[in-house]
Amino acid sequence: MKKTVHLVVNGEPWELDVAPNDVLIEVLRDRIGVKSPKIGCERGDCGSCTVLLDGRSVRSCLVLAIEADGHAITTVEGLAAPGHLTPVQQAFVDSSAFQCGFCAPGMVLSVHELLGHEPNPTRAQVEHAIAGNLCRCTGYHPIVDAVMTAVAAGAAERAIRDGTLAAVGARAGHADDGAEVQA
Amino acid sequence: MTIAHTFAYHKPESLDEALAVLGGYGSGARVLAGGTDLVAWLRDGVVAPEALVDLKGIPGLDRLELRGESLWIGALVTFNQVLESRTAASWPLLAEMAAVVASHGVRNRATLAGNLCAAVASCDSGPPLLVHDATVHVVGPSGARVVPIAGWFKANRKTALAPGEIVVGIEIPPVQDSHAGCFAKLRRYRGEDLAQASVAILVTRAGSVRVALGAVGPTPVRATRIEAALSGRATDPEAVTAAVALLAAESSPIADVRATREYREHMLGVLLERGLEAARSRLAGSGPPYGTEIL
Repeated sequence: MKKTVHLVVNGEPWELDVAPNDVLIEVLRDRIGVKSPKIGCERGDCGSCTVLLDGRSVRSCLVLAIEADGHAITTVEGLAAPGHLTPVQQAFVDSSAFQCGFCAPGMVLSVHELLGHEPNPTRAQVEHAIAGNLCRCTGYHPIVDAVMTAVAAGAAERAIRDGTLAAVGARAGHADDGAEVQA
Repeated sequence: MTIAHTFAYHKPESLDEALAVLGGYGSGARVLAGGTDLVAWLRDGVVAPEALVDLKGIPGLDRLELRGESLWIGALVTFNQVLESRTAASWPLLAEMAAVVASHGVRNRATLAGNLCAAVASCDSGPPLLVHDATVHVVGPSGARVVPIAGWFKANRKTALAPGEIVVGIEIPPVQDSHAGCFAKLRRYRGEDLAQASVAILVTRAGSVRVALGAVGPTPVRATRIEAALSGRATDPEAVTAAVALLAAESSPIADVRATREYREHMLGVLLERGLEAARSRLAGSGPPYGTEIL
């Protein structure tokens, strides 16, 4: 039995009929046409399907589309204005941090979430943040180097100032602060 | 690969409504919280429920707070919320465990209660909750009941939860003595691996020692004979050696894709020795900070 759900994807409202067994990544890619989340392991191990759900990174292969009803989803397409890149995305380009690029959207989103609450992370914090995003090409060093280069250049501060980071990077409320869990 | 199996989806707005919906399916419905295990199981065909009952529309199940002197972790509280919580910081073993569950993106969604309900042998939440004598609060068609964690795990993926029942939260009592602990998880790499073996340890100023083991048997277990051997003697090298020798009687590791039986047996001894050392030195105020990898 299909149900109508309302999603905000990269700032754009969508109304879709989904079946209970439709998985979020399939709806994003096949119905909405957002192709940056990649189908990898389909069991939450590889991180290539990462999207931000209300600002927090989740595995879109492990979220049913119907669960996302009423929530905001952000992918790399929606981090900066069309035709523009966030400072972190630019640093990845400048540092040649990718080879095949399959892990890239997930890496960028995991880092984006981290910088939203920790604008000056240590290298260890960056490594921890992307520990669930597998890369089979680079050996990870170029990716962490790119993030640290962006951090040193004040990327997060600039992104917060120009609004590209605060829009999605605000940390969801702590449960013990009485905030609702972001479903 | 899509999920081939079809099912109905319900998102009740109260516990009473959830129990009624769940009861209407007999044992045919599954409860959904974070879904990080359940959606993968649906895709793999490990489970094929008639319906999912999503708890995320029920107010109050997302609470993480003190109730009296105990810590209350509601059914919808995620591992990252435990990790980031100032309230839960008084039970540092929980954050030390939460930090090594899967990866950040999974922890944003996966709940501690869901981990207990999935009840796989390698579940990370089991050993720390066992040494803390946690209780699982359950509601069902015949009312509410409280299940001590020691009676929760029945077999791999089987718990004391009966059809029609819902876990509403986990209660973790305070430890009534100055204490320290350690949770150590053996895995192939950091980020996103299941435990090959894990150990949770809690030592008190008065000399009591609590030990629980994970991923080395069908369920996480309290190692009571090891606790008896170490009671009052946790700093005695002979007692530690005797405790390590008792691990064979307290565990039954298997060989699988993640480790051989022999490797698990050997490393379990290493985990126990180093975990004890970390817990003892933390109690003395000189140990590695919680969250430090001791392997």
